[in-house]
Amino acid sequence: MPIILRRLATSVLILLAVSVMVFVATLLLPGDPAQAILGQQATPERLAALREQMNLNDPVLQRYFSWLGGLFVGDLGISAASGGPVSALLGERIGASLVLLVAASLISLPVGFLVGTYSALRRGRTGDHVTTGVSLVLAALPEFVIGIALITLFSTTVFPILPSVTMAPPGEAVWNYPLQLVLPTLTLVLVVTPYITRMMRATMLEVLDSGYVEMARLKGVPERQVILRHALPHALSPVAQVVAIQLAWMAGGVVVVEFLFRYPGIGQALVDAVANRDVQVVQALSILIAAVYIIVNLLADMVGILTNPKLRTGGTR
Amino acid sequence: MSVIDSPQDIAREVETPPGLLRRLVRQRQAKIGIALTGVVVLLAVLGPLLLPWATGYTSTQFAGRPFQADGLFGTDNLGRDVLSRFLDGGLRLLIYAALATLLGMVLGGLTGMVAAYQGGWVDSIIMRANDVMLALPQLVFALLAITVLGPQGWVLVVVIGITHAPRIARVTRSATVEVITEDFIRAAEMYAVPKWKILVKDVLPNITGPLMVELGLRMTYSIGAVASLSFLGLGMQPPTADWGLMINENRIALVVQPWGVILPVLAIAVLTVGTNLITDSLARASANVNVGATK
Repeated sequence: MPIILRRLATSVLILLAVSVMVFVATLLLPGDPAQAILGQQATPERLAALREQMNLNDPVLQRYFSWLGGLFVGDLGISAASGGPVSALLGERIGASLVLLVAASLISLPVGFLVGTYSALRRGRTGDHVTTGVSLVLAALPEFVIGIALITLFSTTVFPILPSVTMAPPGEAVWNYPLQLVLPTLTLVLVVTPYITRMMRATMLEVLDSGYVEMARLKGVPERQVILRHALPHALSPVAQVVAIQLAWMAGGVVVVEFLFRYPGIGQALVDAVANRDVQVVQALSILIAAVYIIVNLLADMVGILTNPKLRTGGTR
Repeated sequence: MSVIDSPQDIAREVETPPGLLRRLVRQRQAKIGIALTGVVVLLAVLGPLLLPWATGYTSTQFAGRPFQADGLFGTDNLGRDVLSRFLDGGLRLLIYAALATLLGMVLGGLTGMVAAYQGGWVDSIIMRANDVMLALPQLVFALLAITVLGPQGWVLVVVIGITHAPRIARVTRSATVEVITEDFIRAAEMYAVPKWKILVKDVLPNITGPLMVELGLRMTYSIGAVASLSFLGLGMQPPTADWGLMINENRIALVVQPWGVILPVLAIAVLTVGTNLITDSLARASANVNVGATK
């Protein structure tokens, strides 16, 4: 299937271009990484030694390729703030962030589909107006506003029942404390679901107005089956695009949520690294998040290609 | 009585559809949005002028004991009056967000129109560059730039504007592609009107609908982005009074002294909900000529 291969090649090229962009950003940084790691008091000899060790004396192109090669084998460089390898710093955190992202997706996808479909089926009635209004308001709010509203409601003033910060002892997995996961997950769900709902509603309305749905109804197919068998499958392909954008977006939005709840994931690590100007960590995390973003979008396009017979054969385009 | 109608009568009979803005303000949802946005904008603009009335403290002045119930809304983490900080903290956010949005609109609108009108390799290069930019989430892109350039006002404006540009360019491009096949563009080309003049005089007026929707959408996102970065401690720096930064500074004392967090959170929430309601109504007004007429 050439169209899928072409799409795959585009993704690889985009990821490469992003890696160049991220790498060039560090060249613009005043001072050099060796200085940043050793601090102002470093002796010239130690600086020279570290520069040699980090290959800072090599030509830029060579440094880029060795950095790129390191990414593939999990060698992400050395953190200027901690002095240790970046990969050790991020290992556990990637898992913790994934828990959050997967949990939020598993909740927001079905909820978004259901509420969107419900809204479309009740078009113009009270139920539709309420869900449209609520999703319009929620979609406008920045993540930290939703998060703080939840904290105020559920952990400080009104119902003080849920913890507002994540405090797992170091070395222990976050999922051993499920109660601490509730508020961060709920925040992400409330941020993402409105978009999925709105898209699902719009697509579903379009599908319900189409000829084949009318045909099925005229044939006397039960309404339940019209929706499940005829309408829903056609609505899913365009929605997959929006879902991908939202899931990929979560990879960025998780930064604010993790910071707010002091959740030990990559987002928190990224904010710390930016505050400390720890370039190696910022580089590694930017590439990681970009890769997630690109892969999720690629998967969505694949779904689109595979569910659309016109694209599947790849004849004309 | 004359048999022939005067031109004025004919004009009255042939109903021209009302303009975009007229269609916008006809909607109840838009009225609510304008009211909400207006309240917060007024507060942010007049706030600094009301400072003496509030407490007399300037926003950066260290005043007393932290997290006390002194004054109308108590004191913040450094014992400064919360109300003063709140009144002083909105204008900068609004200005930065507006500048970032404007920059994004100019960059994105220009590249989008040029890509659509030129076509060929110019189009390819611009759109592929957009794809690369879109592969980094907006916030991560901003964080990368702040790591390199430091948390300064102009960095926030420029980086948020730049990250808006590819998104705006996509919308502009697809809107322009539809317009440039029209006959009046071909006519202008035959009269050898310069390209930039065609873009400004013939294309731009015909894509204002989608551009206005983008403007609203990007303004909402800009407010969220500037506030989020300040909230992360990577935007405006202390001792600046700023709503995002205030939330960061006061959230540890949410239980004892909630106003330092609740006031700015409420203001940001009302503002973004307001702009989003306007944007949604704009989208409806630009998609449908009859919108609001029946409501």
